[in-house]
Amino acid sequence: MTRCLLLSMHEWKQQHAPREPHVDRVHLEVGTFTCVEPDQLVVTWSDAVKGTWLDGSELVIESVPLVGRCVRCQATYSPDAADGFRSPCCQHPMEEIVSGRELRIRSVAYGFEPSPAHVPPTTPRPTAAR
Amino acid sequence: MHMPLEDTLGLNLLAANQHRAEHNREHFDAWNLLCLNVMSSPGAGKTSLLERSLAALSGRWAMAVLEGDMTTLLDAERLEAVGIPVVPITTGRACHLDAAMVSGGLKLLHQRLDPAALDILWVENVGNLVCPAEFAIGEHRKVALLSVTEGDDKPLKYPVMFREADCVLITKVDLLPHLPVDVERIEAHIRQVNPRTAVFRLSATTGEGFEAWHDWLDAQRQAVQTSPTLLHA
Repeated sequence: MTRCLLLSMHEWKQQHAPREPHVDRVHLEVGTFTCVEPDQLVVTWSDAVKGTWLDGSELVIESVPLVGRCVRCQATYSPDAADGFRSPCCQHPMEEIVSGRELRIRSVAYGFEPSPAHVPPTTPRPTAAR
Repeated sequence: MHMPLEDTLGLNLLAANQHRAEHNREHFDAWNLLCLNVMSSPGAGKTSLLERSLAALSGRWAMAVLEGDMTTLLDAERLEAVGIPVVPITTGRACHLDAAMVSGGLKLLHQRLDPAALDILWVENVGNLVCPAEFAIGEHRKVALLSVTEGDDKPLKYPVMFREADCVLITKVDLLPHLPVDVERIEAHIRQVNPRTAVFRLSATTGEGFEAWHDWLDAQRQAVQTSPTLLHA
């Protein structure tokens, strides 16, 4: 999963070529009905980006809860493994998933280092009078 | 210090894999073949299933196998003995096949034969009930196996795999008389997380259930042939 995220970030970086973005944060939305464990992804991310163009960037993960819709009565509910994912209203199997399958890069916070041409000249320090 | 900027992407985290999977799918469709992604935990009987189905169907369909394994070629050697072309894909430390690995396997397969002459391409994924469920490889159908020795709780413990499957095969049913397992309960749990999936009960040892499973396969092959739009999303 980390490798896929890195590849997706690489594709995003290419959109800014030839400029090199400096990434501060990557915001993800990860559904609870996915195979991603957010804490584990944060750890593997921080290891994987060391020494790369993403070094120092922070991975921020927003968890999206699993919500189902009962196809019998249209009520939304929170499917739970302990209840066999059935709707509590009609005891119907989990047919429609409203949310919880998200694996999304929501946004990237970044910037560009100012080029030398835009750096204001430093003012010469006055010489101390003797 | 740089001026802070923010891009709102809404981009699939797996976009890079998805692009490669779509590319694989374009090849499968151009070759007019049905691609199956076969997934399960280790030891559920994927290779035994393939041995029996390949032997039974080889007179009807032209087939080949991409065989995913972490380290060894043992499964690939078993399937080659059936007389079907097999391309092994060793994944190293990776616990699943991704679209790029399958693309590499397709290139090797192409060196051995013309894929357009195939009817069915089987991809045996690495034994794992978690990660393979999330990684598209360009398949038309996802087939998940669950053996009766694994217990009836697995569909609820690993729901994403069974939710994603177009077909679930309950395997090793010849062992049921020796196990404190209720196969009805296994099937009920599968249908609770995925009411629309096809479910078959099989034994690769006795051959029980294979006729219905092969009928389902024939129907998928025909569906892909006549309407590629009926593909797994």
